[in-house]
Amino acid sequence: MKEPLLKVEGLKKHFPVRKGALGRVKGHVKAVDGVSFEVLPGETLGIVGESGCGKSTTGRLLMRLLEPSGGKVTFDGRELTALGGDEMRKVRRDIQMVFQDPYASLNPRHTIGKILEEPLLVHGMKDPKERKRKVREFLEIVGLSGYHSSRYPHQFSGGQRQRIGIARALMTNPKLIIADEPVSALDVSIQSQVLNLMQDLQREFGLTYIFISHDLSVVRHISDRVAVMYLGRIVEIAESDRLYEMPLHPYTQALLSAVPVPDPGFVREQIVLEGDIPSPADPPPGCPFHSRCPFRMDICKSKVPLLTEQETGHSVACHLYTEEARGDDNKKLVTEGSL
Amino acid sequence: MDSRQKVLEVSGLRTSFFTDGGVVPAVDGVDFDLYRGEVLGIVGESGCGKSVTSLSVMGLVPNPPGKVTGGEILYGGTDLLKLNERKMRKVRGNEIAMIFQEPMTSLNPLFTIGDQMIEPLRIHRKISKKAARGKAVDMLRLVGLPRAGEIMDEYPHQLSGGMRQRVMIAMALICEPKVLIADEPTTALDVTIQAQILKLMKDLNERLDTAVLLITHDLGVVAETCSRVIVMYAGKVVEEGPVGEIFRNPQHPYTEGLLKSVPDMRFKQERLDPIPGNVPRPGSIKAGCRFAARCPYVFGRCTEEDPDLYDTGDGHRARCFLRERKEAAANEGALAES
Repeated sequence: MKEPLLKVEGLKKHFPVRKGALGRVKGHVKAVDGVSFEVLPGETLGIVGESGCGKSTTGRLLMRLLEPSGGKVTFDGRELTALGGDEMRKVRRDIQMVFQDPYASLNPRHTIGKILEEPLLVHGMKDPKERKRKVREFLEIVGLSGYHSSRYPHQFSGGQRQRIGIARALMTNPKLIIADEPVSALDVSIQSQVLNLMQDLQREFGLTYIFISHDLSVVRHISDRVAVMYLGRIVEIAESDRLYEMPLHPYTQALLSAVPVPDPGFVREQIVLEGDIPSPADPPPGCPFHSRCPFRMDICKSKVPLLTEQETGHSVACHLYTEEARGDDNKKLVTEGSL
Repeated sequence: MDSRQKVLEVSGLRTSFFTDGGVVPAVDGVDFDLYRGEVLGIVGESGCGKSVTSLSVMGLVPNPPGKVTGGEILYGGTDLLKLNERKMRKVRGNEIAMIFQEPMTSLNPLFTIGDQMIEPLRIHRKISKKAARGKAVDMLRLVGLPRAGEIMDEYPHQLSGGMRQRVMIAMALICEPKVLIADEPTTALDVTIQAQILKLMKDLNERLDTAVLLITHDLGVVAETCSRVIVMYAGKVVEEGPVGEIFRNPQHPYTEGLLKSVPDMRFKQERLDPIPGNVPRPGSIKAGCRFAARCPYVFGRCTEEDPDLYDTGDGHRARCFLRERKEAAANEGALAES
């Protein structure tokens, strides 16, 4: 058993909601509410979920771009949540981020060379010649050319800009890359180029990825394991093939059944969920999904189900699978529903 | 669709943008027919001209800098491009309605849902406020909104994204238009909400017999909702045909590449098969086939001449010289037999 590279325990982020002239705290948006998972070195963990489920916030908490309200993050044996500012900055050399919008995340006034040199400078590479050499090297690695370093971001297409974003993340030889919707802003024909590049780089540099996305097809393609989030919690986590072929949580089942498949001959049982995702400022009591769940029981309205392992490496947070509520009929119903 | 009655005939449509950097032909000679009661999809990537095509039909191309420079759009025998603004206003929202990608920006935040629902009825139907209100409430119920009566007095910000898109659909359909143009109607929505909206649009298409022109970049959405599809690339139609045909037997290398490059959620692929190169900027390719630079089958002629749309049978057409070769071969075969 490999040691996990990243271990997250009970991670929380509650944003205060202020109201009135005095700005009194009137409640909290529980964007991330007790998330735990591990990432093994060299693997890709996909995090999927719909808007407001807390997947992006989770990514930012891991890098401490946002301060967690609670919980523990351990990276490579060090507890990140206990580090001071200076130490944290040093750790960020090993954890890098790739953002969704390649238009917004590159400074329009800097040349590509300057953008890519910046992380080297920050992390103490003093020799300008060496920095320039490294910039050229990485531009070529991501499929661009050395001469691109004198150009500005607006001279590149979306796909090329995302390649630059990836090159920037690679400059410091990180161990872990957190990619937040890295291909969502790109055209379909360009998406696959960038996904292939990310896979090649993973092999070449032994990278570990956390791949955050709302696109379930893309996540299946790139991930070894997948966590599904709903209203700030992980509701199911499993190996990618297992999760897609045998989803256990009713939300995962509905989510997978809702994805349009590019095959007009494909007939499937679609579970169309009623209603909208509740506001994270006012989540329903008990299981956060119970208000839309086709299988809800009484217990779901009062008690939050815990993430428990059902088979090796496959955990689900649902009362249909907990001892006290499990009727065999229910379980049968759900497994059939997943086909 | 046995009647095959055409409700909209677009031919030779050209729309250009006159910018400081020169003339950009966003739509460069587009032809298609829309039949009564069908759902026709237009797919393509950014800058292919799919949205400008729909805005041209609606007479909503921002002018300046945009202008429809050629072609005709026949609706019930009249060329919409020849109508003046006053007459066009009678068509728009009444005979041909449109829904947009982002419902928040297309609803007025200062008016209640009710005010905005009633407006098209009051303009196009000259009915009393009370009757209009009754119809609006019915329409909100039809699109599956709970507590329709209360929503009438609420403002757009009080609704969720999915509810707003339902309101948009209700508003678009309130005058019972013959044609509904939906430009990326579910792109801003979550998948579970997208499923609800697509199901609703299909139901309404069947119940009201409204022809739908669905513009999207998502091949999954096309496969799920459309009966026919048009594939656009760099301002031109490159392929057109029934949905099953296009997905199973694509005739244009671009369509083929697009289908291959999308990951399919049902399988684990080792590696994706992308289309090399970049999506061209509109107007950047002057001569030859627009796709030549990225095409795996490119040969000499492709960079010099612009191919026509060749018929490959059963309403399936593709703009590619390879199809011409096949067509010629088939003709020769037929000649030899006779």
